[in-house]
Amino acid sequence: MVEDKTLSSRLFNITNATLLIIVALLCVLPFLHVVAGSFTTSAELAEKKFVIFPTEWSLSAYKYVFSTDTIFRALLVSIFVTTGGTLWSMFLSTLTAYGLSRKDLVGRRIIMFFIVFTLLFNGGMIPTFLVVQQTGLLDSLLALIVPVSINAFNMIILKTFFQNLPPSLEESAKIDGCSDFGILFRIVIPCSMPAIATISLFYAVTYWNTYMHAILYLDDASKWPVQVLLRQIVVLASGMNYDGSVYTEVPPPEQSVKMAVIVVATIPVLLVYPFLQKHFTKGALLGSVKG
Amino acid sequence: MNANSNLERQGKPALTKTEKRIALKKSIKKNKWIYLMILPGILYFFIYKYVPMFGLIISFQDYKPYEGIMGSEWVGLEHFKRLFSDPDFWMIFKNTLILFALQIIIFFPIPIILSLMLNEVRQMYFKRSVQTLIYIPHFMSWVIIVSISYVLLTMDNGIVNGTLEAMGKQEVNFLLNPDWFRPMYVLQVIWREAGWGTIIFLAAISAVDVQLYEAARMDGANRFRQMWHITLPAIKGVIIILLILKIGDVLELGFEHVYLLLNASNREVAEIFDTYVYTAGLKQGQFSYSTAVGFFKGLVGLVLVIGANWLAKKAGEEGVY
Repeated sequence: MVEDKTLSSRLFNITNATLLIIVALLCVLPFLHVVAGSFTTSAELAEKKFVIFPTEWSLSAYKYVFSTDTIFRALLVSIFVTTGGTLWSMFLSTLTAYGLSRKDLVGRRIIMFFIVFTLLFNGGMIPTFLVVQQTGLLDSLLALIVPVSINAFNMIILKTFFQNLPPSLEESAKIDGCSDFGILFRIVIPCSMPAIATISLFYAVTYWNTYMHAILYLDDASKWPVQVLLRQIVVLASGMNYDGSVYTEVPPPEQSVKMAVIVVATIPVLLVYPFLQKHFTKGALLGSVKG
Repeated sequence: MNANSNLERQGKPALTKTEKRIALKKSIKKNKWIYLMILPGILYFFIYKYVPMFGLIISFQDYKPYEGIMGSEWVGLEHFKRLFSDPDFWMIFKNTLILFALQIIIFFPIPIILSLMLNEVRQMYFKRSVQTLIYIPHFMSWVIIVSISYVLLTMDNGIVNGTLEAMGKQEVNFLLNPDWFRPMYVLQVIWREAGWGTIIFLAAISAVDVQLYEAARMDGANRFRQMWHITLPAIKGVIIILLILKIGDVLELGFEHVYLLLNASNREVAEIFDTYVYTAGLKQGQFSYSTAVGFFKGLVGLVLVIGANWLAKKAGEEGVY
């Protein structure tokens, strides 16, 4: 494109870039402050003299956080739910998506409607709770996975991706006598790694961030994932909870300790972010092609 | 979806019932492994999505957990009558509507503006760096977003109140003061979702023909006019589709998000349908009544999304469903 070099255009560019830099910084500064705060002492935080770079560095908050079993247990739960849940969801979503991507399947449109309708209307919290109860999942970690086995949006993204693979791939495999499962596992999945990776990471982030289902379905505090623990430590311990109950296992923690727990709960997501970023734009777009 | 299915139907004569049945039988025989593949997925949607829909009938009952759906007494529309005469209902209704209006009026345009701004950037590395940073908050859970806000805003050594104090201003109790609930809610939504929301608009913008801009420049249009007369009209369809989707989500204001912000002192502005269902249903055990509340909410949402879609089609846009 030919660039116009008029003064007003240049002024526009500079203002635009400056505003965008401010927006970008606003997005990450709060988190950076929390990271910095977690590596210093509460006394330093009380002086309120820094945003990103404290004068005194300290690991005391982390030592405190990791001094009890609570956080390890919560992390273990989250790791289990994230890996187990992602594998399970990918297994079910891939099978369903591939099946529905086959154009010669009679009834495919009705089944798609059946699935898309659940995005428009659902039974709501209480009836779903009763079904989870009836299926025996209450107070089991499976309650964080099984009731959300397939995310319809993610499944549709995969289906769209499978549909767009060149049909000749499958046809030649079929001629070679490959079964439907063989085609899926030996041809379709290996050819769809970008989509599989994106959707896996979407699922993984969702499972890592799970909170609502834990408070709905798990009463046993030893099964709480890290998000619930974070909420207990940061929000509830300060006495601003809704129903007046206070989590007693941990005394009201100091500011830097709260920050350290936030960092611990966020780091895994930030670690996968660079991998995620390569693909997710494409993934997010594929899903929007067909709602 | 509609456009697509119409395309597939073209050129094929309509099938009679028997022909359809024969086609289904043939397909089952030929594709038995495929049907087996989608069976677990269908079972999942049936058990965890459709069975709860049947479970909505407990809103017409006086459901007792130990008697089950079969044994519980039928009470007709009792719970709905109670709902509409409950003073809390109008409070919740108002709170839900206000948060929804804030989402549409304040949040919705921001990703559009951001993507227009990003589109004007010519240095790709700069554009990509900004994108990388503004997508990050989307991947943080609401617990993390709310917790970060909490440690920043608390009066107990939070940096915001610390700054206010250093400037000689009065400290503000952001977390408990009901006046701050709505601004805080909207700001957190913007923080988490505004950047992520640009993806789809940027994609729509990238499909705009570059020649249009060149022609406009020849005619002396400045950058703002190019945005207004070329870029915006080009993404109008996408904007309308996303607006419909957003309206469909009207009552999905995010149980997690609001519940995390809710406390005894801001309840009058922060209680929405979902949080009310949770407290009335699971905390106080009023299963039938809270199911009725949830049912009402779901129906309103369904009507709204169908209505918005219908309106968009009337206005000559494609619509979603």
